[in-house]
Amino acid sequence: MANRYSLWSLIKNGLKHHESWQPAWKSPQPKKQYDVIIVGGGGHGLATAYYLAKEHGIKNVAVLEKGYLGGGNTARNTTIIRSNYLWDEAAHLYEHGLKLWEGLSQDLNFNVMFSQRGVMNVGHTLQDMRDIERRANANLLNGVDAVVMTPQEIKDMVPLIDISHRTRYPIMGASFQPRGGVARHDAVAWGFARGASELGVDIIEQCEVTGLIIEGGRIKGVNTSRGDIMADRVGCVAAGNSSVLAKMAGLRLPLESHPLQAFVSESMKPCIDTVVMSNAVHGYVSQSDKGELVIGAGIDSYLGYGQRGSPHVIEHTAAAIIEMFPSFSRVRMNRQWGGIVDVSPDACPIISKTRIKGLYFNCGWGTGGFKATPGSGNVFAHTIAHDDPHPLNSAFSLDRFATGHLIDEHGAAAVAH
Amino acid sequence: MSGYRIHRPGERINRQKPLSFVFDNVQYKAFSGDTLASALLANGVRLIGRSFKYGRPRGIVGFGAEEPNALIQLETGAHTVPDLKATQVELYQGLLAGSTTGYPSLDFDLKGLLGKFGRFMPPGFYYKTFMEPVKAWPFYEKFIRKAAGYGRAPTEADPESYDHLHHHIDVLVVGGGAAGLWAATLAGRAGLKTLLVDEQAEMGGWLLTERRSRIDGLSGMDWVNQRLAELASLPNVSVLPRTTAFALHDLNLVQAVELLQDHLPLTERNAALPRQRLHKIRAHQVILASGAIERPLVFGYNDVPGVMTAAAGHSYLNRYGVAVGREVLVQTQNDAAYEAALDLALSGVKVTLADARQGGAAAWRQQALKNAGAELLLGHGIAKVLGDKSVSGAQLVKLDARNNQVIGSGPRLSVDTVLSSGGLTSTVHLFCHNGGRPLWNQQQLSFVCPDEGRENIACVGAITGRWELSDALDQTHATVAALLLGHGRGSTGKAPAVASEEVAAPRAIFRLPDGKPEGHGAKAFVDYQNDVAAADIHTAVRENYRSIEHVKRYTALGFGTDQGKLSNINGFAIAAEALGKPIAEVGTTTYRPSYTPVTFGALAGPHVGETFDARRYTAMHASHDARKAEYEVVGQWLRPWYFPKPGEDLHAAVNRECLATRNSVGVMDASTLGKIDVKGPDAREFLNRIYSNAWSKLDPGKCRYGLMLDENGMVMDDGVTACLADDHFHMTTTTGGAARVYSWLERWHQTEWPELKVRFTTTTDHWATVAVVGPNSRKVLQKLCTDIDFDKDAFKFMDGRSGTVAGLPARVFRISFSGELAYEINVDANYGRYMWEEVMKAGAEFDITPYGTETMHVLRAEKGFIIVGQDTDGSMSPNDLAMSWAVGMKKPFSFLGKRSLLRSHTAGAGRKQLVGLLPLDPKVVLAEGAQILSNTDDTVPAAMQGHVTSSYHSAFLGRSIAMAVLKDGSKREGDTVFVWAHGKSVPAQVVSSVFVDKEGVRQHA
Amino acid sequence: MLVITCPYCQEAREEEEFSYAGEAYIARPAVPEEVDDATWGDYVFHRKNPRGWHWEQWQHVAGCRKVFAVKRHTVSYEIAGSWTLADGKALYEEEQA
Repeated sequence: MANRYSLWSLIKNGLKHHESWQPAWKSPQPKKQYDVIIVGGGGHGLATAYYLAKEHGIKNVAVLEKGYLGGGNTARNTTIIRSNYLWDEAAHLYEHGLKLWEGLSQDLNFNVMFSQRGVMNVGHTLQDMRDIERRANANLLNGVDAVVMTPQEIKDMVPLIDISHRTRYPIMGASFQPRGGVARHDAVAWGFARGASELGVDIIEQCEVTGLIIEGGRIKGVNTSRGDIMADRVGCVAAGNSSVLAKMAGLRLPLESHPLQAFVSESMKPCIDTVVMSNAVHGYVSQSDKGELVIGAGIDSYLGYGQRGSPHVIEHTAAAIIEMFPSFSRVRMNRQWGGIVDVSPDACPIISKTRIKGLYFNCGWGTGGFKATPGSGNVFAHTIAHDDPHPLNSAFSLDRFATGHLIDEHGAAAVAH
Repeated sequence: MSGYRIHRPGERINRQKPLSFVFDNVQYKAFSGDTLASALLANGVRLIGRSFKYGRPRGIVGFGAEEPNALIQLETGAHTVPDLKATQVELYQGLLAGSTTGYPSLDFDLKGLLGKFGRFMPPGFYYKTFMEPVKAWPFYEKFIRKAAGYGRAPTEADPESYDHLHHHIDVLVVGGGAAGLWAATLAGRAGLKTLLVDEQAEMGGWLLTERRSRIDGLSGMDWVNQRLAELASLPNVSVLPRTTAFALHDLNLVQAVELLQDHLPLTERNAALPRQRLHKIRAHQVILASGAIERPLVFGYNDVPGVMTAAAGHSYLNRYGVAVGREVLVQTQNDAAYEAALDLALSGVKVTLADARQGGAAAWRQQALKNAGAELLLGHGIAKVLGDKSVSGAQLVKLDARNNQVIGSGPRLSVDTVLSSGGLTSTVHLFCHNGGRPLWNQQQLSFVCPDEGRENIACVGAITGRWELSDALDQTHATVAALLLGHGRGSTGKAPAVASEEVAAPRAIFRLPDGKPEGHGAKAFVDYQNDVAAADIHTAVRENYRSIEHVKRYTALGFGTDQGKLSNINGFAIAAEALGKPIAEVGTTTYRPSYTPVTFGALAGPHVGETFDARRYTAMHASHDARKAEYEVVGQWLRPWYFPKPGEDLHAAVNRECLATRNSVGVMDASTLGKIDVKGPDAREFLNRIYSNAWSKLDPGKCRYGLMLDENGMVMDDGVTACLADDHFHMTTTTGGAARVYSWLERWHQTEWPELKVRFTTTTDHWATVAVVGPNSRKVLQKLCTDIDFDKDAFKFMDGRSGTVAGLPARVFRISFSGELAYEINVDANYGRYMWEEVMKAGAEFDITPYGTETMHVLRAEKGFIIVGQDTDGSMSPNDLAMSWAVGMKKPFSFLGKRSLLRSHTAGAGRKQLVGLLPLDPKVVLAEGAQILSNTDDTVPAAMQGHVTSSYHSAFLGRSIAMAVLKDGSKREGDTVFVWAHGKSVPAQVVSSVFVDKEGVRQHA
Repeated sequence: MLVITCPYCQEAREEEEFSYAGEAYIARPAVPEEVDDATWGDYVFHRKNPRGWHWEQWQHVAGCRKVFAVKRHTVSYEIAGSWTLADGKALYEEEQA
């Protein structure tokens, strides 16, 4: 890599007043023709391009982004990473992603600050505890790390949590995935962009796809705000906007786009060292390296592309956090925001070919897409390169909504984040 | 000694009320009306914190919400609050505060040492290192985390409370400065229901600081008081000080938080009142009069304690009687800062004013300043500030008149304080929270709100870039008058008269040059809180982080608790220069709530603790309490889990309850089951469509178990429904599913089959239900009821009767969730406890035994009855549950979910089915949630065959039993499988899931 | 937070009184057994999910409990109107035509 990052590069550039740093990624003019076009310059799209170039030797690739790189859900999530999914197919897919996370900073030569501080799902009812046992055992047999914790063990790890019976929904236990954690969300997009650009991928920002060029049931290219760009293979990775792209191809997807909100507190000294999630009271919290509590709110019920939701959702989430952490009542919210999540009926993604030859979709990640970023890009790149799904994503095709072979993480009451 | 008290006419402190407070363990004196910041400055305290990245010494910069540095920890113990801005903390007697940064001490900070290597820590340096060796990141991260963060989170539960208040009003005015007061006055005079909020303790805005203006011939504060008096006299107007409008949502929903008691000593707070109140305001018309905030200029070492904004220096002087220094350099590019310089000079402070403009301010201002004894340096800028923990001087340079360049060296001044003004920044936040975009105004050098505002949102005063009071009031009057006219209210009176003054244009300069290429000279900070220097923005752009959002995210510009109130415009301007684009094209980052931080407790309001969620108790709850029940949380309900006798644990109690019920009689509170009254000529047809089984032939007086599927064909609820009359049914649902099923029925009826004549009424809370269960249950019922014939052939299993039980009208259903002879007595919920106690009395001779949900679970598992949500998970079809007997595939109407059962996968092989399991060792109770393997030697990832859904010790059978879902389970009876949990596997035999009384003799007895 | 007018109660009320009930006017196949798996799957799962105007259902759960139709913009969240399901359907069909 021409511009390799290291402590040495920092010293060298520091001595040169930081005037010699190279662009992290290049911003070329779009060419007329590519082998593959990726629509969507978020984490998943950039990862797809990176792995197409790195693992499949397909380097004549363009990533088209209508705004700025990583400006969608990559920039708006609560950065939680875990693989403790219930169903085999989901566990294997997310575990593939988690393994990639574990070497990602080194692979990209970009520190994405993946921090394996663990992810804890607390249970408040006997049924929660049955579900926790079921999931933990399934995880262990799928090679995913899992521990079931008693309230006292929870308290030892998270001293500020209230395990007393004074709360409305007392905590009865938890599952814990030690290898789970958080990462620096923006860095993931930038790291993949830099890696892809280095391998020859063209990253084109401010380029909105306005139409898909389809002839005889085959994709030929895309219309964009910067002119038509041709390619025989187009992968759409546009999260909340997937249905809009699908419509351009005359397709319908089993998706609904909803607002999902989150907020952060002011920055404080370390006070919570892992990720704590509760499905029953509906709130989850971690603390960033900068010291802010990062808190995910519930999903707004209605469709929304507005990147904003209703304030009562945030109010309820604040109450949920106080239910678990009564001392956080006096902590203050610094900033709130919203994203658009594309929710599928079974809370599992769609990584699939379509009836248009050469047109692929990767969407439906709902509230949990960030954690899958490298894994998603990796298997989607395989799907595009081979025009055939990777074994890990073959179950995540669109067919399942006709055959009934859902992978029902919703129904299984798994935490949907 | 830097700051000191000085008497000022009209100061807002009360010298008759001296106070004392403690900061970092030192006691100081102050006055009522001080903020913590003004009091610290008056006591000469400058070093308040250490910076985030480099550990540089930092002091107070601003005087309000814009403060980036002075983040303090207020109070200790349960009352502690982290990260408050000292500039916003009202002082009270005995206040206890401390700094939040500096290790091991504020004065000697280790990070400060590291910060000396700041040149090797460009923006995003952490993305570029700490990667090797692979396993070392947690080690690095530990130190990074320790070094980050300001205050400490409280560790005790909050002793104070919060509430919410809703408003539905005509006009909300945000901001109680001159413009806001006038807007509220006009709206109030027009008779509109008006609310005026302002974040400060006192209304007046900039008039609290600025003392020279006269409005309608009055001094500023006299005019403010006149306004407040008038507003107080209008019954349709409310004025809320200490109330920050922090978010504006769609359709003019504004959230504002009022600090009701934060300004009071802890000992004087009224525990019966909330600490803070969240106002949720729906206003037909919002008028934003949130003013503007002065931003500093960016120059070398502009972060040394003692460098402040001119507005702050001015405010501390006039509002709090605090001179921030003895020898003050004021650096400006505009006229307004001359006012601060003048007041300081008139107060005896030695003042030098450096103006980046060659021509300086309007002539009259220059003259006034000179007359006051101040020195004026035109065409000068600060190259760098001297001093370490406090300002000791400044090096100036001569500036080119047009280009942002140095043309010569300037004097080196010995001063103890530097005030700078880079012009005003409109407070556009609320305008932008739900999609509004501000416009760049090149004359006023600020992003401003458009004069025309937005639909139902008007913008008045400095928020539109009108810095001069006369302009601001004229525009306010014109805007509000037009609004009122639009609402048919006509306007009242004329605009307040303020003499307009000659003003020289400001210079478009944000970063004062020092004659060196960016990055070579002294660090010039843009964002103090995040240690973002001008050079960092250039570096980011060089690395292709060119979108302003990328600049922000890469450098952390504007990410702090001040949300960039001082830094954003400077940052955008410097980015624009680096990008070679006009500022307007660079644009702004997104403004998001909250404007200033808001306490979680205020957001949650009263919805915490016991009121976090409603708690539902059955009518018999007091009886259960009296019998020392342990409870289980089921949805919002509290249900008896088991009834331990002294010395019994769960298992002992459940064994006893089970045996008593199977051998004699038990009693359970079944009131929480959902109950829905379904009535109408088409009720039967409706049930046919909504349930998978058939209802056409259910006669009045008969009950039937029903399965409800979602349209995906999976079981979503179940329960027994009784036919009361041909057109009238009593439906029951699961406890947790009651509300969902009720909506489900309504929605299908209204959206898909409105032609069906049927109505639904939820009656869960109307009926109290006592289940009397066991071989002696008939005898108990017979003692209580004489008008129902309980003969086994007259009142059969799955029959329902109406009669009089214990003197009460009752519906009695002979249904059984245990496989025993059993009756459920339903009475008016008001008599629930009475009925329970009557049953207990009647059953005493049979040793009637109350039991809870755990025994219910065991009894039903012994019979293989499912619990939806425990034995199902949204992926189980009726066929998977071996319940195809409950699916009427021949019904004429294609009931909900039917078609999905025919899909290739749903109808195919290899699905999991419900089975029973008997552990080979009858003493071993399998773990619920354990996974099932076909072989003991399976390796990870293992081929899981299913899992255990329910598992108990059956006292009746004297052994353990379990229910499970198993791949192809219906064909595997007799197989031995291995039940795996946490590394241990236990062999078990696959059997039918009916363990007790397969023939059903007992329930038909 | 949305403000929704219930066409039955004839009142504009805060969103918290209502419950979102999904896309409106999804046609359930008249004879489900006669359509193939794909068509049935489309009915059960696939949605228009438009970026723009959306016909949707809301239920006045804290009021009259009626389900009604709302035409709402999914980006601006602007509400063009609300109707009883029957009244809305005529308008909806006119728009689709």
